[in-house]
Amino acid sequence: MSNHEVHEHVHRDDEAQKLGMWLFIFTELLLFGGLFLVYSIFRAQYPANFHESSLELSVTLGTINTVILLVSSMSVALSLSAVQKGNYKLAKIMLLLTVALAFAFMVNKYFEWGAKFHHGLYPGSELMQLLDRGHHLYFSLYFFMTGLHALHIIIGVILLLISYVKIQKSKVVADNYMHLENAALYWHLVDLIWIFLFPLMYLIS
Amino acid sequence: MSEHTPHITPYRTLGIILLILLTLTFVTIEITSIHLGAFTVTAALLIAGIKGFIVLTYFMHLKHESLLLKILVAMVFVLFAIIVLITFIDYAFR
Repeated sequence: MSNHEVHEHVHRDDEAQKLGMWLFIFTELLLFGGLFLVYSIFRAQYPANFHESSLELSVTLGTINTVILLVSSMSVALSLSAVQKGNYKLAKIMLLLTVALAFAFMVNKYFEWGAKFHHGLYPGSELMQLLDRGHHLYFSLYFFMTGLHALHIIIGVILLLISYVKIQKSKVVADNYMHLENAALYWHLVDLIWIFLFPLMYLIS
Repeated sequence: MSEHTPHITPYRTLGIILLILLTLTFVTIEITSIHLGAFTVTAALLIAGIKGFIVLTYFMHLKHESLLLKILVAMVFVLFAIIVLITFIDYAFR
C-alpha cells in the first residue's frame, strides 16, 4: 500500500543538522575568544607578572596534554571515516581510544591542579588574595579557562559515548552518521581551543 | 558534491595531518624556549593559527563543505579580529 510507504519515510536533513552544530561551535569560539581577549588585555597591562606566573606551570605536563588531545582528535576523525566506510569495529575501537585519551588528559589535569592546590593556589584562597594584581589575574584566568576547557572535555566524552552506543545499536551507520559527525566536530573544537590555550598559558613567557 | 556522496577522509591523510600538527607543536616549544622578545609571541600565535587552520580544514573537514559554511566560519574569525582590534584601540588611546 502506498499509504504505508509514506509513513515509512522519515524526514532527515543532514546539512541542517551540521549547520546547527556549526552555529553552536561559533558561540563557543566567541565565548573562548572573549576570554582570550581578557587575557590579552591584562597581559599587556601586567607583562612582568604574567611572565613570572607562567613560569609556575609545567611545560612538560602541558606538552603531554597537547599531544594527547592532538592524537585523540585524529582518532575521532578516524572513527568517523571508519563508520562512513562501514567498518564499525574499527570505529568503536577508535571511539574508545579517544575516550581513554580524554581520561588521560583529565588525570594529568588532576595532578597539575592538585599541585597548585597543594601550594595554596586556588580560586579564592588566602594566597591568591595576597598575590600582586597581575599574578592574581593570571591564575584566575588560568583556572577559569582551563577549567572551562576541562568541562568541555567531560561533555565531549559523554557525546562520544552516546555515539558509541548508537553505533552498537546500529543507529549510527554508513549512510546515517550525523550524531557521530557532530560529536566529532565538538571534540575537534575542544582540540582547537587547546591549540591556543597551550602556547598562551604555558609557553609565552 | 551533493549530500548523497559525502567525502570520506582517508585514514592515511588523517595520520599525515597528525604528524604535521605534532611537528608544529614541537616547533612552537623550541621557538618559545629561545628568547626573541616580542617575536616569540608573534611566532607562537602564528603557528597556533596555522594549526587551527589545519584542524578546521582537515579534521573538521571544512575543505569539503559548502562555500556558505566556509564563509560563515571565516566571518566568525573576522568578527573576533575586529573585536580584538577595537578593544586594543580603546585601551591604547584612553
